[in-house]
Amino acid sequence: MTQTDIVAVPGLPQIVITRDFRAPRDLLFRAYTDPELLVRWLGPRTMRMTVDRLDARDGGTWRYVHYQPDGEEHAFHGVYHGTPSPDGIVQTYEYERMPGHVSLNTVTFDERGSTTTFRQNTVFQSVSDRDGYVRSGMEEGVRDSMERLGELLAALTTAGHRGA
Amino acid sequence: MEAIMTAGPDRLSTVFGALADPTRRAILGRLAAGDATVAELAAPFTVSQPAISRHLKVLEHAGLISRTRRATARLSHLEAQPLRDATRWLACYRQYWQESHDRLDELLAALQEEPRRDQPSGRPADGRTDPREDAS
Repeated sequence: MTQTDIVAVPGLPQIVITRDFRAPRDLLFRAYTDPELLVRWLGPRTMRMTVDRLDARDGGTWRYVHYQPDGEEHAFHGVYHGTPSPDGIVQTYEYERMPGHVSLNTVTFDERGSTTTFRQNTVFQSVSDRDGYVRSGMEEGVRDSMERLGELLAALTTAGHRGA
Repeated sequence: MEAIMTAGPDRLSTVFGALADPTRRAILGRLAAGDATVAELAAPFTVSQPAISRHLKVLEHAGLISRTRRATARLSHLEAQPLRDATRWLACYRQYWQESHDRLDELLAALQEEPRRDQPSGRPADGRTDPREDAS
């Protein structure tokens, strides 16, 4: 199974996500900008999703909502900057429970052979914004366990024996 | 949801800052196996005990360890909660995107199996999405 790589460097208000997909980039672009396709993959499987609007052009706005199984809603909206294309998408991103805390997403699709590398660079207004962002709403569905702690420690220990 | 916010973002930044150093991460890894003295913690490293003590201060300030005295030696003890908060934050983000991308993988595979159509709607999705099918 392919892994989604997430890099969040301590002290920097940024998160970079990369993932390889075995698909042409035009198809990936469609999956990102066609509301009918977007609702079929974005977010946890347990959450229904609707797209209120998605106007993929320079200055166009988008808004979508994730619904928890208990009905609680998590809504997001933003604006496209520049014309979205298979070369890339630049958009602002705001979680409606944290108004005014806006992040800037730059998405690129890099096609090589049968693989397209998706890269999403998200820049937040501050480190606090970045660190506070996910915890405010995305807790649902995440197992809280010592297991994860153990995994982290194992990873940290391995990492620690380099360059000490 | 409120419970998640009990450890504020600033606290989390302190924790991540403390975790940014490889020596401090190795110290935490050692403490996961049990409490240890400064001398025991310094043993695997080429750095001095005072340098290790400075690292321990940073870890203590971040709440990642606590220190107690046993006879003449000072014991360091791993505190799990701040690490759990930090991992939960990353785990949330990872879970969201890993799961989304796994679903996208499946969707892309399904779309590429289908004969090409002008309409972007693919095969009917699972029961949670709108069950109406494209009649065209």
